[in-house]
Amino acid sequence: MKVRMFQWGLMLAAVLLFSGCSTFMKSDSDGSGDGASVSESGDASTSGASRGGSWQGNPLDNPDSPLYTKVIYFDFDISDIRQESIPTLRAHADYLLSNAGASITVEGHCDERGSREYNIGLGERRATAIKRFMEAEGVSSSQINTISYGEERPADPGHGEAAWAMNRRGILVY
Amino acid sequence: MKNFKSKLFNSCFVFLLLLLPVLSAAKPGLVIEITEGAEGALPIAVVPFKWTGSPAQQPQHNVGSIISNDLKRSGLFNPLEANKMLTRPSTGDEVDFRDWRTVAVENIVVGQVQPNGSGGYLVRFQLFDVYRGEQITGFSVPTTARHLRSTAHQIADIIYETLTGVSGAFNTRIAYVTSVNRGEKKNIALQIADADGYGPETIVESSEPIMSPAWSPDGKKLAYVSFENSKPSIFVQEVYTGRRVKVSSFKGINGAPAWSPDGRYLAMTLSKGGNPDIYVMNVNTRKLRQLTSHWGIDTEPAWSPDGKSIVFTSDRPGKPQIYRVAVTGGKAERLTFEGSYNARASYSPDGKNLVMVTRVNGHYRIGTLDLQNMRLNVLTNGSLDESPSFAPNGGMVIYATTTGGRAELSAVSFDGRVRQRLALQSGDVREPVWSPYTK
Repeated sequence: MKVRMFQWGLMLAAVLLFSGCSTFMKSDSDGSGDGASVSESGDASTSGASRGGSWQGNPLDNPDSPLYTKVIYFDFDISDIRQESIPTLRAHADYLLSNAGASITVEGHCDERGSREYNIGLGERRATAIKRFMEAEGVSSSQINTISYGEERPADPGHGEAAWAMNRRGILVY
Repeated sequence: MKNFKSKLFNSCFVFLLLLLPVLSAAKPGLVIEITEGAEGALPIAVVPFKWTGSPAQQPQHNVGSIISNDLKRSGLFNPLEANKMLTRPSTGDEVDFRDWRTVAVENIVVGQVQPNGSGGYLVRFQLFDVYRGEQITGFSVPTTARHLRSTAHQIADIIYETLTGVSGAFNTRIAYVTSVNRGEKKNIALQIADADGYGPETIVESSEPIMSPAWSPDGKKLAYVSFENSKPSIFVQEVYTGRRVKVSSFKGINGAPAWSPDGRYLAMTLSKGGNPDIYVMNVNTRKLRQLTSHWGIDTEPAWSPDGKSIVFTSDRPGKPQIYRVAVTGGKAERLTFEGSYNARASYSPDGKNLVMVTRVNGHYRIGTLDLQNMRLNVLTNGSLDESPSFAPNGGMVIYATTTGGRAELSAVSFDGRVRQRLALQSGDVREPVWSPYTK
């Protein structure tokens, strides 16, 4: 569990770094959405593929793309989207805009505190907040489903602040 | 006596006999332990019941021990431990009241279990007032191996009611949700056990969440939420046949089912209108009526015992609080003003109190609200206490708690003086709901 938390932390840090550069975001989200290939494309004629390699697969699976981040976190008993999550959500919104056939289910989750059915309501509010953000970015509502799992599916089974922070989340499932 | 007979003969005998080998192998799944006892509990002695048949055919359970444990768990009685009894009488004639005055018990229960036909038993018991040296009550009850524990609980109910004037709730059951790791996945199950934790049976299981079990008023059905097929739906399942129907599967939330006292309606939370509101569904016709309409989260409805109003959780003031609305609709009235978090209220059987989750200094605890003077009384001292449910006699509240990182159940007497814990041998157990009296 610790390892996974560390990984999420790294990912979050990566997103924060990327988010500082909006032009990068834009260039990333049009076309293939492959940020790595932009810098590598000039070397295509030289011998040997570069070690970093341009990403050939689905941009959603590219660890270097902001699209790779599919989990965003929330504050306690709050469904407002944090400032730091906006670049990630914009990248996904752009992806959905340019891939009209793609659709997502947004899962809303809560930490374990408080009553379970109220948390189902809170989880839905979080999922809906993400959906509304995407719609404001121009994404068609038909591309976005929501479901709330409340506190029923914690990412971290612990019972302290660290676990709770990991569990208050929205997940974008393609 | 008539009561006993009708209960026993209502059951399908052949079916039960077929089940016997399976049941005799069943082990208690929930471990019950009394963690806080009450001072001033009534001293009583329940002598282990004597088996009059051949040793080889001795029943698996001692009726006297079951009764003694029931009375102890209620918090109102302090039964004498068997190893402190000077003698072990099994009939009134054998009781020497001086022995029992010496150990300062006020009442004594003695009894026998006799073989009665094939697979049957006859249980006799007598309750005495030690100081007067008089019998207060006594019955002779025919039963079967399958029903022996149930018979013991019924006797405990008689003793409890005779001595306290309040109906006992020992011959009832609890439903709860368990979650056990099975490899990468979780195995979530809705189980039912006797109120003393014995004989758990799974009635539905899934790798997806199961939530919010609710007993129908006749104790024969459970409504619950299941996320099977990756969406929440409300099901109603017959407890004894396993037959079930999906009653609600709208877009969005289908949650928090609550039966009306007459069993004809289910109140529930639906978000098909855009955000969670309370609806009332006629269970037979499936016709829906929207009861609340507010941009806030309205959820966790519960009916008043007279069926006239519904309490629910709403965060319309910013944080969740308890509101009450007439079943016919109209303006909702806020009931809780103390504390910044009050949720999941339900009524005591007499309708005079609500039990709910309340936040105290960042801790989530179980509290009761007296509806006459609107005073909030905090019953528990955990940090993550939730899902309170009254016993049908109003004497105890069962709830979910977390101890040492594990989710378990706890029961507390209504006055907060007696507490017991019910833990699963492995895994988590949560969302307990006490059954009504089974009719």
